[in-house]
Amino acid sequence: MVALRLIPCLDVANGRVVKGVNFVDLRDAGDPVELACRYSAAGADELVFLDIAASHEGRSTLVELVRRTAESVTIPFTVGGGIGSLEGITELLRAGADKISLNSSAVRNPELISDGAERFGSQCIVVAIDARRRKSDSSRWDVYVKGGRENTGLDVVNWSKKVADLGAGEILLTSMDGDGTQEGYDLDLTRMVSEKVPIPVIASGGAGCIEDIVDVLTMGSASAALLASLLHDGVLSIQQIKSELLLRSLDVRPLES
Amino acid sequence: MVRLGLIDYGMGNLHSVQQAFKRLDRSLQLVRSEGELSGCDALVLPGVGSFDPAMDHLEECKLVKPIRKWALDEKPLLGICLGLQLFFESSEEGSSKGLGVFKGHAQLLPCAEGERIPHMGWSPLNKRKPCPLFSQNDCKDWMYFVHSYFVVPTDHSDIAASTTFGTKNVTAVVWKNRLGACQFHPEKSSLAGQRLLISWLNWLDSGANSWA
Repeated sequence: MVALRLIPCLDVANGRVVKGVNFVDLRDAGDPVELACRYSAAGADELVFLDIAASHEGRSTLVELVRRTAESVTIPFTVGGGIGSLEGITELLRAGADKISLNSSAVRNPELISDGAERFGSQCIVVAIDARRRKSDSSRWDVYVKGGRENTGLDVVNWSKKVADLGAGEILLTSMDGDGTQEGYDLDLTRMVSEKVPIPVIASGGAGCIEDIVDVLTMGSASAALLASLLHDGVLSIQQIKSELLLRSLDVRPLES
Repeated sequence: MVRLGLIDYGMGNLHSVQQAFKRLDRSLQLVRSEGELSGCDALVLPGVGSFDPAMDHLEECKLVKPIRKWALDEKPLLGICLGLQLFFESSEEGSSKGLGVFKGHAQLLPCAEGERIPHMGWSPLNKRKPCPLFSQNDCKDWMYFVHSYFVVPTDHSDIAASTTFGTKNVTAVVWKNRLGACQFHPEKSSLAGQRLLISWLNWLDSGANSWA
């Protein structure tokens, strides 16, 4: 049995963490590498860095950040945000990233998924999907791109199946309706996608308490839960979440001694 | 000190492996051709990607025969992930011949086991026999796996550890004489992975005696 994963997500811009993180004794709360090490030591199973500025000028800063992270962090990490070419993927993998997350660029050019998977292996290619429930039909979701500003009109389930066929190794599925609300993951969405693809699905958007995480890993059939403000704001620690999941007999990697 | 070589054939996350050894204050010499082998006492064969391109790349570097000879001479060699699969005779993933330093084949992970493929994430090791990659303690080692194929050695006693995938046991570590390999990524497996690399280094430093 592969363990269910907890994955802290850090939003970065110009090499710094954007949202503040509420650890009391951090030397530099804005340094992504220090935070990454902290989360890794606390029992995180993987990490995700999302470059939310994703500017051309910021690219070299991101590469540098990836290089520094790879020097110190001993668990796998994914990098995403504005990566639109095979060259971009290559550069970040060479710098030490384990996986690359593609979003808008995958919609624009689905071949990037297959080219990336062929060149570097499926395990390197994560496709991030931003989903919003359709107003006219609440059992369907639309794929949004450009940081959630543009509706592509693509159906989330169909797009998920397509990216899996093209060779994506994993789907990072964000519910835009849930994101930031702390009212729970969109379980219908997560289950629907998880059931339709053979690859792991990471659920994101909406975690507000331990129960939400339990629900998405059980009823939602997610392989992993992405966590942001819940951890960053110090509401819960990874240790607390893992202890609770273990109590419920869910398979997670116990804290290392 | 034992001189370590890292085979650079364009198919590996070399950087992570190098960093993992660097954290243990050990440097790895990159090996891109047969000539560069002479400066090494032990080798690491990493690998990420698929079977045929990996063998093609090794072939292009003219490293297939030298690595086979290295293994036949019973010099220390550690394979990681795809590196482990390349040690075997062939793989369902492709049509190329593998290095064949272990007898057996790589197959696609079984579907319908209620598990997702690729097998991606942390799983605990079920140890079958002692080998230089394991420290003496009995703690449960959780390792980070990312793979879609797994090896079935012809000689089951080559298996040093397995992990559970659905209801099946899949090979996680193989060991024979001075030749070992792991399906998971020790360089990405936090403290458990670090312990495994330290054990291997301790074994090398203390003379690298052959193990069954």
